Parts: sequence; structure tokens; C-alpha cells
Amino acid sequence: MTSETSSSSNPYDHLPSFDPEDPPPVVSPEREELLRRYYPDYRPDRKTTLRVGPNKGEVIPDEIASILESRSLLGSTAMSALPEVPDTEVDLLVIGGGGAGIMASIFAQQAGAKVLLTTKLRVGDSNTVMAEGGIQVALGDDDSPVRHFKDAYRGGHFTGEPELLSVLVREGPDVIAWLVKKGVLFDRDPSGNLSLRKGGGTSRPRLISAKDYTGLEIVRVLKEDLMNSGVSIWEFSPAVELLQGPEGSCAGAILRDVDNGTLKWVKANAVLLATGGTGRLHIGDFATSNHFGATGDGLVMAYRMGAKLLNMESFQYHPTGVIYPSEMAGMLITEAVRGAGARMFNRFGKRFVPELETRDVVAAAIIRECEEGRGVRTPSGHHGVYLDLTSIDREMGEGTVEKRFPNIVKLMGKHQVDCTKQPILVYPTLHYQNGGIASDVSGHTSIPGLYVAGEASGGVHGKNRLMGNSLLEVFVYGRRVGLISADEARNRKPFSWHEVSLGHVERFHRELDREFPGTPLSEAPVLFPDYRKHSHHASS
Amino acid sequence: MIQVWINGKEWQVPEGLTMIQAMWHTGHEVIHGIGCLGGVCGACAAVYRMPGNFHLYNALACQTLVKEGMSFSLIASYPTQRAHYDIETIPDAKEGLFELYPESATCRNCNACTEVCPQGIDVRTSVWQAAFGDFKGVAETTMSCVMCGLCVSRCIAEMAPHEIALYARRAYGSRELPFPENLRQRIEAVESGTFDKELERLAQLSPDQLKTECGVK
Ligand SMILES: Cc1cc2nc3c(=O)[nH]c(=O)nc-3n(C[C@H](O)[C@H](O)[C@H](O)COP(=O)(O)OP(=O)(O)OC[C@H]3O[C@@H](n4cnc5c(N)ncnc54)[C@H](O)[C@@H]3O)c2cc1C
Ligand code: SF4
Ligand code: SF4
Ligand code: FES
Repeated sequence: MTSETSSSSNPYDHLPSFDPEDPPPVVSPEREELLRRYYPDYRPDRKTTLRVGPNKGEVIPDEIASILESRSLLGSTAMSALPEVPDTEVDLLVIGGGGAGIMASIFAQQAGAKVLLTTKLRVGDSNTVMAEGGIQVALGDDDSPVRHFKDAYRGGHFTGEPELLSVLVREGPDVIAWLVKKGVLFDRDPSGNLSLRKGGGTSRPRLISAKDYTGLEIVRVLKEDLMNSGVSIWEFSPAVELLQGPEGSCAGAILRDVDNGTLKWVKANAVLLATGGTGRLHIGDFATSNHFGATGDGLVMAYRMGAKLLNMESFQYHPTGVIYPSEMAGMLITEAVRGAGARMFNRFGKRFVPELETRDVVAAAIIRECEEGRGVRTPSGHHGVYLDLTSIDREMGEGTVEKRFPNIVKLMGKHQVDCTKQPILVYPTLHYQNGGIASDVSGHTSIPGLYVAGEASGGVHGKNRLMGNSLLEVFVYGRRVGLISADEARNRKPFSWHEVSLGHVERFHRELDREFPGTPLSEAPVLFPDYRKHSHHASS
Repeated sequence: MIQVWINGKEWQVPEGLTMIQAMWHTGHEVIHGIGCLGGVCGACAAVYRMPGNFHLYNALACQTLVKEGMSFSLIASYPTQRAHYDIETIPDAKEGLFELYPESATCRNCNACTEVCPQGIDVRTSVWQAAFGDFKGVAETTMSCVMCGLCVSRCIAEMAPHEIALYARRAYGSRELPFPENLRQRIEAVESGTFDKELERLAQLSPDQLKTECGVK
């Protein structure tokens, strides 16, 4: 990628003049046609029909199929070598130390459960810490949880689960109050109210944020409280397999200490998957905005146990990921910049889509511009369009960009792009897993004893998430499922270690052998992407 | 290709890579020292030197491009003391700082913390703001802190300025700022059941009816 840098010119050398004229509106049926032709979810290429497991027959991206129809990381010896006793026994095992896992752990512990939180990297190294734009919560005078519900349902193309959404919008304000009381500093307006901003696809301004450090601000606070909470915490210890208990229930998990390679066997009355998303699988070869550990491990482990997944064909390609400079590829430029008035232009300096359309429409329009030759070529041979923030300062006053988006200004500045004066070159980036493990309003999956919360779960957002609703989901459902699973764990009928096995994995392997005789299959969970092998992704 | 030293060993790598990408390129597996790859989690603190120059520099390895002659190492974790408290129940938030972090009043003004901070935070000022009880000032000064701990590595007073700042920000948000009125009112409305009927009704509708109701902004 980078070796070609010297051969072509810098895309900043010949900027077109930007024509402020409004872009054409996107109305039906062109809208559907645009999505069908250009949005990766709807394109027929790079898709696989699942042949094994609870979602057999569904058509999903190759990269997701390859982790679902995969073999265990544990060799057959490890599988038959169940130790005499587990390494530890807890009420609730929380897998994943992002927003959902931290919330669940804090609340479960407070409710009196014995909790172990295990995570792949350090606590907080997650997609949550990266969230820039904000959280949706209906606080405006002319707004209400009902409106929030309607916007989210419409934004999800009428495919979200109404009951899940209803809980989301109803419990939202209360969970935000909890964060405020813990000292999370959301931006305030001059009268001391939480400032509300406009996000894509919503009918009212409803985004609260902490400048463009929303996730960081929350994680700093929550991590401190978690560390002080008495929850046992095992870092650098990803889960590699779930354990099966009586009647096909979940009974714990096997973790791998990445520093010494040893396996830790955890017996648990309840297991909560809070493993987040899948960006690092680079579906369709897209760059990603996600953290290093977003490899869909929770999906893999749950699927082997027979948990049903929902909308696994549906991903969010955030319209505005940096595409140049190439070492930053994939990095997100929050939608809030478009909310504030940033504009997008193609190679000819023309606007081509209303900037505040839903994410999928904006992303599809960018891909269309690039595929039809109206994109800007980068030295590495990729294409992108201009995202111009200078209109924000022109319309809202000099210094607004610097004040509201200090993180973006800082990060772009480190790569010699002054985005208060120059446009940013962007292309869609793999951002969010819309679907996930199916669950009810209590986080129950289809497997007794196995719970899910956060991005790993599916249903709330249907096939498209609006900005700010996922963080809300993480905090609302993190708390809720933490409390419910803790309670049910403590009331679960006792079972013995002798009833615990990896029978579900063996069964899944037999199914694979039947369906794919003689075919070598990959091993999963992936745990860590390996950019030493795939050097073409080294910049994403 | 350019020449760099990673953990003291010489390598050739292409230009235009970040430190982390240079490590991948040369076959290093990096697990401690990586988190977000987006410049916000603070996992990838690094220290480096350039040839012909005595300065010791610090950076976030996921955001910093390697340069000819650069010699760098990751400091994946720097030991830090963390105070144990409940921000909502500390009797006196200002006094609390000195009880939890007595060393916060011992800054010797060397400014090393400010010079080292990869986020360009005026860390020294934030330490003084905290000591003088200006927690609002601390919040403004340190909003972009990624908790990388590099300031701790240099402080001659052995402080953890980022932990002190975290305490001060939390005290400001939790104890000094009034609770937001719009949030208070909305919670009251939710708790008195204002929206329940309508939300229940929506959840009962058939998909087609719901679509019609929600279809227009
Ligand atoms: C750059 C960026 C910006 C965003 N901005 C916004 C925004 O403005 N508003 C909004 O609402 N949403 C935003 N999102 C989405 C939102 O941040 C995420 O959907 C949400 O934080 C997910 O939280 P989570 O707790 O479910 O997962 P995560 O926060 O990703 O946490 C999952 C954790 O599980 C760990 N893990 C993974 N596998 C294993 C395993 N096998 N064993 C143990 N641990 C494991 C991971 O390392 C991680 O720590 C953004 C996302 C990104 C990437
Ligand atoms: S203040 Fe300290 S911990 Fe925070 S970013 Fe700067 S050097 Fe890192
Ligand atoms: S490094 Fe320590 S002593 Fe020096 S200015 Fe910063 S806080 Fe004060
Ligand atoms: S990896 Fe998170 S700041 Fe560098």
C-alpha cells in the first residue's frame, strides 16, 4: 500500500472548488435501488449460505460464515481433559470488558453476586472507549421516548424488535442519570441542561456527548469504579469456548491466558457475553473503525452451543472513515460533524447526497460516486470523497470545529491534515454489527444460563442502527442484563462439575464433518487479527 | 525503506507506517500495547529517540509514524496507585483529594509531565488546578487524557497526575455541577408513567401498523 505512495500525487494537490448547491434528495424508489446496488449488505457477492448450526440456510458475508462454520481452538486432547475441579467458580461470568461488560459487572456485584469479568486486552480496551459522537436520549421539550422509539424503528428499516426498543427508550434517561451522578461530564448548555445535538435519521436533536470523547469519558469513569468494586478481573484472558451443563444449558467457559497459554476453566451459574462487534474481520475487505479485539468471538462460542443469531447479514459501514493518509485508513470521523454542518463533495466538487441521510444511504452514495468514477484517487489506489468541515466554522463561527471536535483535529493534525482548513478524504468503514445473538428484553439467549448484552446482541437496531443508539443500548442493557443474570444465577438449581462438558463442541464438530467432509475449516474464535500475515490491512 | 530500532534491534521498514504497523511489518506480535488503534485508549504508550539528538520523546504508537533513525520501545504498562473511593459519598470533595492523593500538593514544577504528554495536555497546570480546588479547570485542561500513564513515568514527585485529574473531573461532574434540569424532568415524566401507555400500544401493533405509525418523521 504505502510503497506506491511516492508514485502518485498527493490528493490534496488539486482540490476542486466546492459548489455549495444542495444535493439531490434521495426518494423512493431510487433510495431502495441505491441501497440494493451499492450497500455491501445487499450485494450478492462475497456471501455464503450457512450449512451448519441454528442459522442454517441463511446467507451471510463470507467472513462471518467462516468464523461460524469453524473448528474449536482447543485440540482434541484439551477437549477430553476436563480438569478434576474448575479453576474458579462464580455466580456470573462476564465475558468482555467494554461498556456492556463493565456495567453488567458493577451492577451484578452490587446486587450481591460473585462476579468474574474476563476480557481479551485490558478492561476498557473496546469499541466503547472509541465512541465519539454521543448517546441518544430523548430529553428535548418537543421530544419523548415515544418519538425516540419511532425514529429508531424507522431508522432500522422497520426490522428492530419493538419490545427491545421500548425498554431502550424507557430506561435511557435513568441510566444516563446514573452516569451523570458518577461524574461523567456530558456537555451542558448555558442553562446547565445536557446539550442536545442532531444525529442522522432522527426527527429531533437527541444526542448527548462529551465533546468527541464520549466513550473515553465514560470508560475512564466506569473503569475506575469497576476496579474499586470488588469484581474479580482477569485481563488478557479471552474466552475460547463455553462449557455445557445439564440439559444443554451454559455452565461456564474456558479462558486462555495469553501470556502463558494456560487454559482456565470457569464454572458459572450464568455467563454473559459482552464481547462486542466484528469489525476486525474486515468483511468485504473494508477497513474498520473498531478496536483490535473486535473479532466476533461471542458469536462463534454461542453459535456452537446452539444459540440463534439474528440479522447476521447486516452490518453498518459508517460512511465517513478516513481513507487517506493510508496509515489512518478506517478511522472514524463522527457523524456529528455532518450534524454540525459538514458537507461532502465528489471529485468534481459537487454534493451528491444529503449529508444527514441514514448511514446506509450516505455510505451507498459514496460507494456509488467512487465506483462511477467520481471519487478522488488516493496514492495507494483507493478512492474516497471529500468531507469538508470548514463549512461548520463558516456557519457556526470560527473555532467551532476545534471546540467541538478536538479529538478529530488532534488526530488528523498528527498526520499533517488540518481539518479546520482542509477537507478529509473519506470512504465507508466497517463500523457496527447490526445483528448478533438473539435475545429477549432480559438478555436471555436461546440457551439457558447464557445471556448477551451490547453490540454482540441482535434485535434492538434491526438492520440499521442510528448513531447514538448503540451506546444507549450498551448502558441500558448492560445494567439490566447484569442485574437479571445475577439474580437468576443465584437462584439457579445447583449442578455439579461432573455434569459439565464440551459435548456441544463435539456435536458441532460432527455436524461440520458431515457437511464438509475432507474440507479444511478455519479455527475460531479469532481472538486477535494477524496483520503480520495480511499486510494489506496493516493500515487499517 | 528506512532504518528503525524496535526494542533496541535494527530493522528496515517502508515509510508511512505507524510504530505499531512497523512492528507488525517486522513480524512482532503485539498484544500488550494495543487497544483501540484509534488514539484514545492509551494502551500504546511508547518512548523514542532520534539520532543526533539527546531528547527523549514519548508518543502513542498507534498514531505516530516511524522516521529514519528512530529508536522506540512500547511501555505497555506503567505501575500506578489508584485511590479507592465512592465519588457520590465522599464527605468533602475538595478535602477528599488530599486524603486520597496526599502527594497532589507536592508538585515541584519541573513541567516534565506536560512535556511528555502525547495529548498535548498542560498536565502541570492541571495538577495545580486540582491542588487549588479548581476542578472545573482540571476538567477543561484534561478532557483529552487517554490515561496512558506517560506523565507518571516522568514525575519527580512520583504522582499520578492522570488519576488526580480523573478524581477532580469526577468530583466536578458529580458534586459541583447541578444535576441537569432537562434530565431530571424527563425522568420524572418517565417514572410517573407518562409514556407507558403509548409505548405499550406501539409494542403491541402488527409490523404493518407499526410501519405506518413510524414511517414519517
Ligand atoms: C470508532 C467508534 C465510534 C463509535 N461511536 C459511537 C457513538 O458515537 N455513539 C454510539 O452510540 N455508538 C458508537 N459506536 C458504537 C459503540 O461504541 C459500540 O457499539 C459499543 O460501545 C459496544 O459496546 P460493547 O460493550 O458491546 O462492546 P465493546 O465495547 O467492543 O466491548 C467488548 C469487549 O469484549 C472484549 N472481547 C472480545 N472478545 C472477547 C473474548 N473472546 N473474551 C473476552 N473478551 C473479549 C473486547 O476486547 C472488548 O473489550 C462507535 C464505535 C466505534 C468503533
Ligand atoms: S495526562 Fe498523562 S495519562 Fe493523560 S494523556 Fe497525558 S501523559 Fe497520558
Ligand atoms: S512532573 Fe510532577 S513535579 Fe513535575 S510538574 Fe508535573 S506534576 Fe509537577
Ligand atoms: S492503541 Fe489505543 S491509543 Fe493507541
